[in-house]
Amino acid sequence: MLIAQNIGFAIIAAIMIVGAIRVVTTSNVVHGALWLVVVLAGAAAQYVLLAAEFVAVTQVLVYIGAVMVLFLFGTMLTRSRIGRDSGLNNTYWKLGIPVALALFAAMAIALVDSFGSEKMPTDGAIVNTQQISDQIFGAYLLPFWALSFVLLAAVIGAIVLARKD
Amino acid sequence: MFVNQFLILAAILFCIGVYGVIARKNGVMVLMAIELILNAVNLNLIAFSMRNGSVDGQTFALFVIAVAAAEVGVGLSLVLLIYRNRRTISLDDLSEMKG
Repeated sequence: MLIAQNIGFAIIAAIMIVGAIRVVTTSNVVHGALWLVVVLAGAAAQYVLLAAEFVAVTQVLVYIGAVMVLFLFGTMLTRSRIGRDSGLNNTYWKLGIPVALALFAAMAIALVDSFGSEKMPTDGAIVNTQQISDQIFGAYLLPFWALSFVLLAAVIGAIVLARKD
Repeated sequence: MFVNQFLILAAILFCIGVYGVIARKNGVMVLMAIELILNAVNLNLIAFSMRNGSVDGQTFALFVIAVAAAEVGVGLSLVLLIYRNRRTISLDDLSEMKG
């Protein structure tokens, strides 16, 4: 059982890393969006592996369903060149590589130092959707209201910004 | 399953996202890199939710997903506005705030 989980993790993780690298290196905006779908779907699969099925379903609905459509509309409305575009990177894009590597080294050292070879609990309590809803509408009710207003403000703001006067 | 395998995967995704934010010039591509970063955070939250056997991480991940959706909506309408005014979404050309 655990071996199967580890094999699944390794395959999904490899796909996600390749997809993420393609998102930031591809020279085609639409391909970037499609590789992003691969990464987001991989993340949803990892959530299932971590027994968080409600978050996985939400990830598929919100990210792959809604956000990706927004990205494709953004690409279309800004008339980004469909097809290869050599002008997607900064002139100083090489600066990003050492920054990202240094950041990763720092985080990897901190993670290995603090968690080492700690294992996930195998007999942990399975969290079901009812518990999540009890949390959201119980202890986290006030943040949930605030989040509703954030979404409302974002919707109105997006309409106001994008409207043609 | 180790705790670290999920955390290190999230760290890798986060660093790739940071590289994308630094290296990309196209506004839409920068927003995509920000999505990578937000997903790395969500993966961490879910991993800790399983490690601690608590629901809080999943609740926070749901909040992050909602905020990310709002962020993409506003961000893309900003990019659209920049395109409408400047006929380009190259972030290098937005240099009015340079002293």
